[in-house]
Amino acid sequence: MQIKKPKPPEPRELSGYEDGLLMEMYRRMFLIRNFELSVNDLFLRGLMPGTIHLSHGQEATTVGACLALHENDVVTLTHRGHGQGLAKGITPKSMMAELFGKVTGCCMGKGGSLHVGDISVGALPAIAIVGASSPIAAGMAFAFKRHQTGQIACNFFGEGAANKGDWHEALNLAALWALPVVFLCENNLYGVSTHMTDVMLNEYVSERAAAYHMPGVTIYGNDPIEVYDTVLEAAERARRGDGPTLVESLTYRRGGHKRDDPGTYRPQEEVEAWLAQDPVPAFRERLLTDKRFDEERLSGIEEAVGAELDHAVEFALSSDDPPTELALEHVYA
Amino acid sequence: MPEQTASPKAQTGTAERDLTIVQALREAVREEMYRDEDVFVIGEDIRIGGSFLFTLGLLDEFGPDRVINTPISEAGFVGLATGAAIQGMRPIIDFQYGDFLFTAFDQIIQQATKLRYMSGGQVKIPLVFQLPTGASGRGAQHANAMEGFFYHIPGLKLVTPASPYDAKGLFKSAVRDDNVVLFCVHKHLYGSKGRQLQESSIARQYVPEEEYTIPLGVADVKREGSDITVVANLLMLHRALNVAAELAGEGISVEVVDPRTLAPLDSDTIVASVKKTGRLLVVEENSERGGWGAQVVADVASQAIGYIDAPIRRLATPDVPIPFAPVLEEAVIPSQTQIREAILELVRP
Repeated sequence: MQIKKPKPPEPRELSGYEDGLLMEMYRRMFLIRNFELSVNDLFLRGLMPGTIHLSHGQEATTVGACLALHENDVVTLTHRGHGQGLAKGITPKSMMAELFGKVTGCCMGKGGSLHVGDISVGALPAIAIVGASSPIAAGMAFAFKRHQTGQIACNFFGEGAANKGDWHEALNLAALWALPVVFLCENNLYGVSTHMTDVMLNEYVSERAAAYHMPGVTIYGNDPIEVYDTVLEAAERARRGDGPTLVESLTYRRGGHKRDDPGTYRPQEEVEAWLAQDPVPAFRERLLTDKRFDEERLSGIEEAVGAELDHAVEFALSSDDPPTELALEHVYA
Repeated sequence: MPEQTASPKAQTGTAERDLTIVQALREAVREEMYRDEDVFVIGEDIRIGGSFLFTLGLLDEFGPDRVINTPISEAGFVGLATGAAIQGMRPIIDFQYGDFLFTAFDQIIQQATKLRYMSGGQVKIPLVFQLPTGASGRGAQHANAMEGFFYHIPGLKLVTPASPYDAKGLFKSAVRDDNVVLFCVHKHLYGSKGRQLQESSIARQYVPEEEYTIPLGVADVKREGSDITVVANLLMLHRALNVAAELAGEGISVEVVDPRTLAPLDSDTIVASVKKTGRLLVVEENSERGGWGAQVVADVASQAIGYIDAPIRRLATPDVPIPFAPVLEEAVIPSQTQIREAILELVRP
């Protein structure tokens, strides 16, 4: 394997971005980070059932992308979907309850961590099979185009999906029919334990866009502004009717693949380099260089998020289990 | 006796309305496309009608936006149709051969049939698969009885029409249904130009011009009788009807029940028939192991065992891939001779 270290670009001036956008960017990143840490803690204490795939470390990519979308645009989520869903606007309360398998969860407890979603905020319940969501995202985009709604679909996937047949078929169809979709690769370098350089000869996933005659771009995914600008452009292109774009956002898991994976297969040198580029504190520091932000304002956001998360956990813990009859419902419409 | 749901019956009429299944289906799809703009057809080579000419003429009438010719990307276009259905469209996917569904199994079984359930009912996925099923002289990879594979899958409806009248009415119900519906037609029953058509009393049939639908989940007694119940679908139904007609001349009265849909399965009609005749033979083309016929037998055993006067029999394809040589294919698919012998064995005192 070949070690891939982060290459942060020169950060863009914040002055060109609206105050509200920057605040929301930080709020959502901070929310996802603390949601994931809280889930990890609840899990280790044996309170939470099932399995979990944490997304901490990848907040800048999911938040930057979702804030570049319209509220009624639709995203597809992966098995590592908490961050993507929270970034699109799923409430922490309904997601936390879902993770606990409670009837108050966004999927009434029938999806769990691997299938969280809330279509009312444009987050299709997560598709946990790698690569399978890409054709479905293309299909939603097909309906948007046919109905001329002006909406687009954003398909989140990891670099592992780029080796699946479904993914290639979806890219070809979306390009062929100029569908309004953004293919967003959260490249965290690893499919479980397997490094991307062990399973593809391409240096970047985005190279594969050329095979389908669509634009492909690789960006540093731990900078939310970088992601926001890139996805905004891809989304505008899709909305104009010019078809899909493949955006590859380079980022890193701060933990293992799932809760019982220490990730020891990753070389120390690579881990250290990436963990040093922590997107949440990095963006916080950067905001403080802009005169519109100060310590007080940011701690205010952090306290509010903390309270919201405490409430979410309390809500989830005190919610009812689904009635057993629910197991037989929703099989057919 | 359980109450039976009323079910429209085929009637007779003018000769020019005597249609084959594929002609009846073309009318059904055309009418549904006029009725609802969100209905579209997608699949391989459908610009020239598809393998069994299901879409013949549709492109000229509806244009390439609603008759969408695809690359050979089954998983891709099944997933795409699923996404379109989630966002309010009503896709009909035409498969050249049902056998090609295997390359899209994840999209069908893990995605299309589960997204509603896993999301706690947040989405609905109205999606119809039109798929040719069964053996037709093409060797093992174009001969799968697909209904057998999907019988085990929750969250989908499985329709197996065997007559032109049923095909049209059931297809319209399938398109209007808000769920994933697999519409399986036997390759020897379409009656497409250049294809072999099974000879039987219902291979061509009067199909009324007026609008009608047939509900999914209602079996049909295709021939009434009193000595034995034969439950059969698709090609096997035709063979059973031919045998029943032959045996009538020999004083044996065979009742032939067509389930018409395997999911939902109308056990009530089947059980009521067995209570009347006291004997049961199930004939299915799929592999014997785990076939839908086993479920029919279990339902009858649990609900009507006291009415049974003879051993219950199943005829199915042995658990082998389908061989090419015509004599070998014929040897493994239940034949009229086998059906006849099984009936005689069961009704003889």
